[in-house]
Amino acid sequence: MQVTVDQDRCCGSGQCVSTAPAVFDQSEEDGLVRLLLPGPDRALSATVRLAAALCPGNAITVLDD
Amino acid sequence: MTTAPHRRSHVDPAAPALPAPRGSCPFAPPPAYEEAHRTAPVTRAALWDGTSCWLVTGHAQVRTVLGDHRFSADARHPGFPFLSPGRRELLNRSTPTFLRLDGAEHARRRRMLTGDFIVKRIEAMRPRIQQTVDEALDRMTAGGAPADLVRDFALSVPSLVICHLLGVPYEDHGFFQRRSAVLLDLAAPVETVGTAQRELNAYLADLTAGKRRRPDDSLLGRLAARPDVSPEEAAATGVLLLVAGHETTANMTALGTLALLRHPEQAARLRAEPALVKGAVEELLRWLGIVHLGVPRVALEDVDLDGTRIRAGEGVLCMVSTANRDTGVFPDGDRLDVTRDARRHFAFGFGVHQCLGQPLARAELQIALETLFRRLPGLRLAVPYESLRYRTDMIVYGVQELPVAW
Repeated sequence: MQVTVDQDRCCGSGQCVSTAPAVFDQSEEDGLVRLLLPGPDRALSATVRLAAALCPGNAITVLDD
Repeated sequence: MTTAPHRRSHVDPAAPALPAPRGSCPFAPPPAYEEAHRTAPVTRAALWDGTSCWLVTGHAQVRTVLGDHRFSADARHPGFPFLSPGRRELLNRSTPTFLRLDGAEHARRRRMLTGDFIVKRIEAMRPRIQQTVDEALDRMTAGGAPADLVRDFALSVPSLVICHLLGVPYEDHGFFQRRSAVLLDLAAPVETVGTAQRELNAYLADLTAGKRRRPDDSLLGRLAARPDVSPEEAAATGVLLLVAGHETTANMTALGTLALLRHPEQAARLRAEPALVKGAVEELLRWLGIVHLGVPRVALEDVDLDGTRIRAGEGVLCMVSTANRDTGVFPDGDRLDVTRDARRHFAFGFGVHQCLGQPLARAELQIALETLFRRLPGLRLAVPYESLRYRTDMIVYGVQELPVAW
């Protein structure tokens, strides 16, 4: 599973950090998304997909291997 | 001369008039919205001024509208749906904040504030919020039963927290709470709304001017000190954050408490298993839908929404309350169930305007409700349920007073 984030679309809501804190973080300056794990383990698949669905800015893309 | 479609009538007489009255259950959306949702996820409705707009009640359709940049949040666009004369006055007169801007300008201004509300920073505030909650509860119980849970607990906790975060003196809470209440009241006369807006704005203008001269480390202190933020913008942002920062959480706390008191089996589960509180708060946010009059947008171009053509210049109201009970996403959505996964709710909106303060609201609600039900196992209504009155005319719904004993 490959995850990418688009900071231009990010509005800093923090949904991704609340949902999948092992994969996403937020910058302390502007609150924008920082990707911690671009290739998370399959075990995290459901939470990462939920984080992408909950992202209000549609800033998270999840691709299957 | 032709009349633009959003300007006048063409409204089906059977279309619901907005805002529609509540039914017998104070927790359920107005029956007219539920009926509209049963008919179609996108229907026509009539506004108070004789104009019409689109009523969007389905979960997928609300998600689409709020996530699509072709629907604008900028109230200066013709056709923007206003909920009352007072709301029109307020939005036309005040300096637009990021809440009512689109695109790059919205992003630029919002990003000045997002760093203060990141999950990590709010998590670090938990001990302070816990202390604020405990002290408020100490004061309430020291006064003896019955107490008004709205005034003595639900309103004081988020007011203290937002004042600390923004750098607003809490001793002024009487002043700003009274004016906030007017700004959110659809029934308030236009002149009263105008006066409250000017007074609140002048208060924040004065406060931020002082911080510009003597910068401090509060959110408004740092905002006012920025060279790229005008004095008007700093004041208007202060008004927005102060109002949004206490009214919403306060009403969720009180109405959430009432919902749990009316569903003792749910409250019992929460007491037995405090770890459920995170999910319980999401479920209460979903089920109560306190931003109950709809999230307004206006179409900037023609958009096909689920087979319905929305034309440029037509207003749209996204009904969070019905979307949050859409059975396609939340099976048996009318039922309160603190164990369900409710995270796809739109209580904080959706799209780039989704609530900036949601991590703070979540932390406050989780700590307030968990502490309240743990410390007061005998918490109960001190008046008949039927005698309670609700904030039906307010932008943020809730219960007006909640007399409790314990």
